[in-house]
Order: sequence, then structure tokens, then C-alpha cells
Amino acid sequence: MRKKPLAAAPALPRLPKAPTGIDGLDEITEGGLPRGRPTLVCGSAGCGKTLLGIEFLVRGIQQFGEAGVLLSFEETAAELAANVTSLGFDLGALQANKQLRIDHVHIDRAALEETGEYDLEGLFIRLGYAIDAIGAKRVVLDTLEALFAGFTNQALLRAEIRRLFGWLKDKGVTAVITAERGEHTLTRQGLEEYVSDCVILLDNRVIDQITTRRLRVVKYRGSTHGTNEYPYLITEEGFSVLPVTSLRLEHEVSDNIVSSGVPGLDAMFGRGGWFQGTSTLLTGTAGTAKTTLAVAFALAACQRGERCLYFAFEESPAQLVRNMRSVGLDLAPYIASGLLRLEASRPTLSGLERHLVVVHKLIGQFRPQAVVIDPISNLVSVGSASEVRSMLTRLIDYLKVHGVTALFTALVSGSRGLVELAEEGVSSLVDTWISVRDLEGIGERNRGLSILKSRGMAHSNQVREFVVTARGVELLDVVIGPLGIVTGAGRLSQRLQEQAVARAAQFEVDRNDRELERKRRVLEATINNLRTEFESVEEELRRVNDQAQARQQAQDRDRGTLAAGRPSGGPSAPSETPA
Amino acid sequence: MMTDTREVLAGNALPAPGETFELRLYVAGQTPKSVAALANLRRYCEQHMEGRYSLEVIDLLQHPQLAEGDQILAVPTLVRKVPEPMRRVIGDLSNEERVLVGLDIRPRGAR
Repeated sequence: MRKKPLAAAPALPRLPKAPTGIDGLDEITEGGLPRGRPTLVCGSAGCGKTLLGIEFLVRGIQQFGEAGVLLSFEETAAELAANVTSLGFDLGALQANKQLRIDHVHIDRAALEETGEYDLEGLFIRLGYAIDAIGAKRVVLDTLEALFAGFTNQALLRAEIRRLFGWLKDKGVTAVITAERGEHTLTRQGLEEYVSDCVILLDNRVIDQITTRRLRVVKYRGSTHGTNEYPYLITEEGFSVLPVTSLRLEHEVSDNIVSSGVPGLDAMFGRGGWFQGTSTLLTGTAGTAKTTLAVAFALAACQRGERCLYFAFEESPAQLVRNMRSVGLDLAPYIASGLLRLEASRPTLSGLERHLVVVHKLIGQFRPQAVVIDPISNLVSVGSASEVRSMLTRLIDYLKVHGVTALFTALVSGSRGLVELAEEGVSSLVDTWISVRDLEGIGERNRGLSILKSRGMAHSNQVREFVVTARGVELLDVVIGPLGIVTGAGRLSQRLQEQAVARAAQFEVDRNDRELERKRRVLEATINNLRTEFESVEEELRRVNDQAQARQQAQDRDRGTLAAGRPSGGPSAPSETPA
Repeated sequence: MMTDTREVLAGNALPAPGETFELRLYVAGQTPKSVAALANLRRYCEQHMEGRYSLEVIDLLQHPQLAEGDQILAVPTLVRKVPEPMRRVIGDLSNEERVLVGLDIRPRGAR
């Protein structure tokens, strides 16, 4: 995980520096410790001063070909060698190759009597001899303050220490002097007065039962340097100062779109997914299927043939695989083929920065295209807000620089949780923020999903209800009720209500039809009646008319007969003769 | 906690009282301090250990590799190798009483 040093400022003559080869430290010091000058490393017990010194020497030998001398006031060469064997440093071999020389300075106050004047020329001679014997360029004095226990003449000791630092400068060796942290001063014996070129402070504090280590460059004469406190770790590969991957925003961006693993969710984004290499935050209250969504994303990445690294801080890999199978997400084939790697650990197992180092290391080894951290909020419980923020900044930066598409889930508690996350600055770090939440109605809970933000892409503003089925996550169609979007049982009752309304309307139509028919029939009956009545009237009238007509004819005939005279032959026979 | 040098010498029998003292004086060049130390030491030896001592003067400027073996930091340093345990006195040895205490020698007058 070696990084290139930060780009140099304009071509001004720069202080010559001796790179330490220690992860991250060269970035903070912008190139290493001041070459040919002494550097003071101070810190309390157990913060890794000696290790820093040894690593400075060993890496100097292995990476930069500079031989080194270790003048140890506390531990013997054998003890030191045993202590660092686990880091893969073979001090014995380096000594045999004449690249390293360890001189153990033993001071036994009990068997020592002081009388009259003396000086520490013997120490100078020893150190000078050791340096010259192997042509050393680097020297570590660990811990020089032990001298104060051995000699009573403090004034003389201080004068000699001052002379020693001057002498080291004259020798042109890059020296690291370790010193114990004092109550109110950087070092117990005030050595910082004598070493004025570079002072590095190591700090080891326990917050909430978790040890966190911090490194700070207190001063660096003649050079700019990172001024913050940087977390550091002692890992199985040695000292690691964390990790100043990018202090700038200059990562490359991709125009490719990757799927979220849920088709319905993809459709909510203007371009059908999110950009490759971006970071997505998935927040939600407990039981809102965050992990399911995260696994769906991981699975989609694997199906595209990408490598995916999944950090599970809540479930063991076996449990995760089993649980996800129940919703139709089968991880096992991808784990078997090596595309998917599940890493599970308890967040409280170690400090934040150890997690970060683990994440970095695994990403460095596995080179995934997609990373899921589930959930990131468990890490939040490990540190304070500012620590978490700085860690997340570094993590997200690191992922972006490496073009890794990342999904973080976070457990939040109600709407307050969103505010907390915003305060921690997580929201401003991520590119896409999806919120899943409980939509609690009367007697039921439904899951709703919405997109809070999505950089560089149009996105739906709806709260979409989704269900976790045996075939994975499915987004349901939007149902709009009189008071907005409805979900769950509301969705059902809305549907029933709509059906009832439709039925009622149909019934109304049918009823109207029937009424019309009835009316028509009534009218028709009336018409028939009238017609019948009319016919009887007509008939009656016609009969009256006929009689009248017959009478008329009879009268006419009679009158004709009278007019013609007496009829021959007999009495008159009215109307029987044709007229 | 003593160093390896003691391990080597541990095999030697402890000299009986009045036996030989084996002394080494480490100096760094002919500085006034080392000259004074050597003169003082010779005087005490003649006075208190006449004929019962051997003295070796080591100039670290000429033999820097010897500084490590006897854990020399300060100069001048007087080391009593024998009898065991090893004792050291640092400085120009100007205070006779302290030198004798440091070497664990009782002055003649006190006997």
C-alpha cells in the first residue's frame, strides 16, 4: 500500500529528507525525516516508540540501502530481535550482513560511584565506532533518557546531551531519539529543548475501553508537514500511519452506470442505476431490509463479473448466506468462484483505525470493483463523531480513488438519525443517499424507499413501497389515494374501495337502464289502451254515422218516390230499390 | 541485571580478602581529567593495595571497540573487574573516600 509522496510544491530547494519507508509517515512529513538531523519521537509507554525506531532502521536498510545503528538503553539486542520477529524483521541477519548494529547500553546505578569530573565521551566513542564500523547513515537512540537514571550530575548530563545532538549533526546521520512523554512537557527530561528540527508525538489513549493511537508532527523545522493528529496502528506488517490516501479531490470519474441489483430501484434513477465508482449510502431504521438491498447490490456486481468485497459487521458469513437464500439471493456460487468475499467481524473488536487498516488491506489484496460495508453505523459506535467522520472521509476517499463502487448501510433511529448522519458529514461524502424506512399505518408496518439525493442524475421523488419476496426485493407500483401515496393495507383498502365504487356505478347504470325499459313499457301500454279506446270510440261513431247515413238514404228514397207520384203496384217499399 | 561480561567472569573464584584487585581505567586521550584520574588512582593503589593490584589503562580513542564490552559511557571510568562483583567509579577520582567506597576497599586507618 505504498503511495507516492504528495506532489512537490514549486521547484524550490527543499530540505533533504530521509524517507522512513513507514506507511503514511512519509506522506505526513512530506518525504521523511530531516536528513542528517536528529528527530525526537516522544510518547508514553506502549505507544510504539521503539518499534518506530526499529522500523526506521530496517526499512532504511531494506528499501533505501542505508545502514543503521541502534543504541538501545532499555533492551538487549536479543530482546529487541525477539520483539520484532513477528513483524518479519530479522535483526540477526541484518547484523550479520553488517547493515545493522545494535549496541545495548546498560546502566547500573547500584554498581556506580561518581567522584569528580567526568564526561560522556565513552558514549560518543561507542556510537562513533558503531557508525563507522558499518558506515551507518541512520541512528536510533532508544531511550536516551535512561541516562538520567544513571548519572546524578544533571547539569553535566544536559550539556553532554546537547553536545551529542550537535555531534550527530556533524556526523551527518539521520537520527531518531525516542523519549518518554512527560506530565506537562513533551518529554520527561525536556529533551525537546535540544532537538529542534523535528518532533513527532505518539499518543496512546483509551476512549470507551478502546485504545486508539495517534501520531502528530509537533514541529518540523524548514518543512511543511501535516499538522493533524493521525491515527496509526501497529499491524503485523509494522507501523502504519493512517492513511493519507488523498488530501485532495482529484480522483477520476466514470460515466458508466451500474445496477443497484433491484430493477425497480434502478428505474427510479434517471439513468437506470448509479455511476460506477461512486459511494452510496443506504440508511434505514431496524428491519427495513438494508442488508437485503446491500446483498442484492453485491450480487448484481458479481453477476456482472466484478469482484465484490462485503464487510458484514452484524452477521457471520454463513448466517448471511443462509438468510439471503430465503429471499432468493444465493451468494454461495459467487463465494465459491471467488468473485464475492465476505469479511465478518465485530466492530467493537478493535478501534476504528484498525478497521480502516483491515479494509484498506483487504481492498489492496482483493482489488474489488464493488465494496459493501454493512453497516457503517456499527463503526460509528466505536469512536467519537469526529473520529468517525475523519475515518469515513478517508475510507470513502480511498474507495473513490480506486474507482470502487461502494455501498454503505447505516442504521438510523427515526428522523433524528438522518440529522445525526448529516452532522457527521457522511451525507456530504456520499454521492447517492437512499433512505428506507418503516411506513407505519394502523396495525401494520410497510417498507418504503426513497432517494434523498443522487449526484449528477435525475431521480424519482416518490416514496416507493417495496416488499421482500422469495425472489428478492420488489418495488410495488405507486398507488395514489386521496391523501397521497398509500401503502400496505391502505393500498388494499384503496383497491377494494375503488372496486366498490366501480360496482356501484355499474349498478346505477343498470338500474337506469331498467327504469327506462319500464317507462317505455308503461308508455307503450298506455298507448295501446288509448288506441283501443280510440278504436271503440271510432267504431261507435262509425256505427252512428252509418245509421244516420242509412236514414238519410231512406228519406232521400222516400222523397224521390213521392216526387215521382204514386208508385205502381203496391205500397211503397222504402230503400230496397236502387236509387 | 548484569551483562554478558559478568557471565564470563562468574567462573572465577572470589578472591579471598586481601587478594589481588584487577582494575581497569578507561580514558579518552590525554585530557586533564584522565591525567588527574590516573594520578589519583596510582596514589590510592600504592596507599591501600600495595602489591595487591593490577592496573590496565585503556585509551578508548585507540581502542574504541573496547567501550562496549565493559559498558563504558562516561570517561574516565574505573572498573574493578576482580574481585566480583564488578564495580565502577566514574570521574577524575578526586575524592579518595568515594573511590575507596566505590571499590569497596577499607582504608588502612579504619582497620
